[in-house]
Amino acid sequence: MAGIVGYGAYIPRNRIKVEEIAKVWGADAPGYKKGLMLEEKSVPSPDQDTITMAVEASKNALKRAGIDPKAIGAVYVGSESHPYAVKPSGTVLAEAINATPEVHTADLEFACKAGTEGMFIALSLVQVGAIEYGLAVGADTSQGAPGDALEYSAAAGAAAFIFGKDKVVAEALQTYSFTTDTPDFWRREYQYYPQHGGRFTGDPAYFKHITGAAEGILAKAGMKPADFNYVIFHQPNGKFPFRVGEMLGFTKKQIEPGWLVSKLGNTYSASSPLGLTATLDISKPGDMILIVSYGSGAGSDAFVFRVTERIDEVKALAPRTRDLLDKNKVYIDYGVYAKYRRKIRKAE
Amino acid sequence: MRDVAVIGIGMTKWGELWEKSLRTIFVETALLAIDDAGVDRLDSMVVGCMSSGLFIGQEHLTSLLSDYLGKNPVPAARVESACSSGGLALRQGFIEVASGMSDIVLVGGVEKMTDVTGCEATYALGTAADQEYEGYHGLTFPGLYAMMAVAHMHKYGTTREQLAMVAVKNHENGSKNPLAQFPFKISVEAVLQSVLVADPLHILDCSPITDGAAAVILCPADMAKKMKKPVVRITGSGQATDTIALSSRKDMAWLESTHLAGQKALAMAGQKIGDIDLFEVHDCFTIAEIMITEALGLVERGRGGKAVEEGLTALKGKFPVNPSGGLKAKGHPVGATGVAQAVEVVKQLRGEAGERQVKGAKRGLTQNMGGTGGSSLVHVFEAD
Amino acid sequence: MPNPSKYWREIPQRYRLEAGKCTKCGFIAFPPRLVCPQCGNRKFEKTKLVDSGTILTFTIIRVPPHQFEDQAPYAVGIAELDDGVRLTAQIVDCDSGVLKIGMRVRIEFRKIYEEGAAGVIYYGYKFVPA
Repeated sequence: MAGIVGYGAYIPRNRIKVEEIAKVWGADAPGYKKGLMLEEKSVPSPDQDTITMAVEASKNALKRAGIDPKAIGAVYVGSESHPYAVKPSGTVLAEAINATPEVHTADLEFACKAGTEGMFIALSLVQVGAIEYGLAVGADTSQGAPGDALEYSAAAGAAAFIFGKDKVVAEALQTYSFTTDTPDFWRREYQYYPQHGGRFTGDPAYFKHITGAAEGILAKAGMKPADFNYVIFHQPNGKFPFRVGEMLGFTKKQIEPGWLVSKLGNTYSASSPLGLTATLDISKPGDMILIVSYGSGAGSDAFVFRVTERIDEVKALAPRTRDLLDKNKVYIDYGVYAKYRRKIRKAE
Repeated sequence: MRDVAVIGIGMTKWGELWEKSLRTIFVETALLAIDDAGVDRLDSMVVGCMSSGLFIGQEHLTSLLSDYLGKNPVPAARVESACSSGGLALRQGFIEVASGMSDIVLVGGVEKMTDVTGCEATYALGTAADQEYEGYHGLTFPGLYAMMAVAHMHKYGTTREQLAMVAVKNHENGSKNPLAQFPFKISVEAVLQSVLVADPLHILDCSPITDGAAAVILCPADMAKKMKKPVVRITGSGQATDTIALSSRKDMAWLESTHLAGQKALAMAGQKIGDIDLFEVHDCFTIAEIMITEALGLVERGRGGKAVEEGLTALKGKFPVNPSGGLKAKGHPVGATGVAQAVEVVKQLRGEAGERQVKGAKRGLTQNMGGTGGSSLVHVFEAD
Repeated sequence: MPNPSKYWREIPQRYRLEAGKCTKCGFIAFPPRLVCPQCGNRKFEKTKLVDSGTILTFTIIRVPPHQFEDQAPYAVGIAELDDGVRLTAQIVDCDSGVLKIGMRVRIEFRKIYEEGAAGVIYYGYKFVPA
């Protein structure tokens, strides 16, 4: 059965606290912290971008997979912050991990679910036997407009998954995608920051699609929430995953191991994928995991994974997600943050 | 091989020469040397210039400078080995006369560095390093020498103050040189308080950006005697190359190319280092002078810092180093430096160095270096 | 005018640390070369550098060349990798006080610089504290 053969994470070490951002805009920090369950978020250094993080996460995935990179037949990078508008992130990644030249590559975009899209495609190609191994990465260095609510959560990170049929650590039992045209959050070409529909991003967007995909996959798989050890939802803020989990009948305990957002922020295309890598890090053989992503525009991808015996052989072969999140942090202030994120207008 | 003499020297004031173009600077200087020599013809010209292309967008100096000197159709060559382009020009001119190929040779060095911004000049100077594996990663010359200083300080205990003392000594000497870019004294405190360029090097550890030229006229020693000129001969010439990248050196706190070039030049001259009365060396950064004194064998390996602290290399010390003020006080128009060192040594050996005269100087040595030591040129001079 | 060819040619070295090992004396050439500087041999076999090492020397560049103007100050250093090869690169993610001779580092893939808002993005290796 096809599934995940190797997984890897990468999180930059810079952090900025909610209070630090709120101070500049005269906003209600305790309100944000309590209402959205956000404390701090990751910030990429000026020499990091979607591509550099994708490379490091993929190298970590390769360490766990233990395969020859030349055997990778497809490389997909999903992001809404690809460094180039035209020239793929995937080709740099494929070269860096030595998968070229016999490899299919594509860059994907679907707001926050571009990572799981790549996962769906790579898995499907493996399942039909078109490729031996496929690599899918969700990576973002998301931007939030200065002073906007999204500035408190827009963060940076990357998660990589190598799919294959042998040496599987988590079998992919089921997939399901739920898609509609819903303009809740978007960014037009040549615009620096995205726009969003405020409260419209809630029920008609996030909640409708996640519940649509979750109910769809449970029905297709003939399973119920209690059958799962863990569930990971897309994490735009700390509150939404618990709310949608409650709506669907999942418990806090099932959600917590993959819930990173309060200390990480929303890593967009890496959001639920990093929740998955963090969950795999603590999973045991036989565990059932459900992951449901959400991408504005809008859609959700759902996967059911069953962890195999091999998980215990690979966990320690690369950095654990929670270690990347909690260790080696350095806090920056808003001035340095604005400099790093190019929010300061410089001379031409 | 014939004996080679220097019969004319020329140098104008160095600095930021806004009003003068490269061709003007070169020609004014060359004319001084030609007049000093009293010659009416040239058989050949050799010009050292590191990068007129990057600094002023001008190549083909062989044609340009022979033209503006009014000497067409004289054969001319332009040589480059980064900051040792001048020393290399001297060696090529020496070889032409020694071999009998030419009799009267003009050797000149020139650089015009102020028509670009500081960052662009830093980039141009950086082309003396490995562009793909040092420059690509953001290394600069101060950065590379700073790493050599860190290695030297770690290995031998050389101190920050000892580095500063090199600059202080050279400014002490330079304050007596009316042609120097910075003819004034400085203190150790001033060096240590000046802005950091690449830790631990401060701006006053670094030679400046300078416009300038220097020129000498060479001819066979017999011809010089017939012309009744004070005969200062070039008795030794040595050259050696080393790896382009600092990381490839066997010992990053040692200048092997200077060591080898020095040995060759002294062997040719039939001298030992202790026989030399004064030294003009390549203090592009203060740490460079310290490492050069060790590589030439003036002091034991690792003792260069102590030597300057003890006054060994002061004007009145046992081994006067850089009586002209060195690159630090005199200035460093890259391609000109190697020739200017020869100008100073000849002046000293003729007894014409005024306030900074090394008493009774009979033999002098110049050491000119490119990059972080990827090339070294050493010449030995002797007064008859 | 952009010149991507010079950068592209060195990609196997910049992205994957590909090197050449002299078949006669074992000298590892990075980047690969045609002649062994140690023994003069002209045959090499393909190899890769290891991605961890120890810092031999370093500095902090405060006056940068123009392409690195927005990055200054930045640390650079020379490390001896665990296979004996010496490499020059920037040292990043390093808090002050941590930077010293003898510190252990590993290699990460990072952006080196960009040719402005419209030009090529140059990637390569940097050292991070291990």
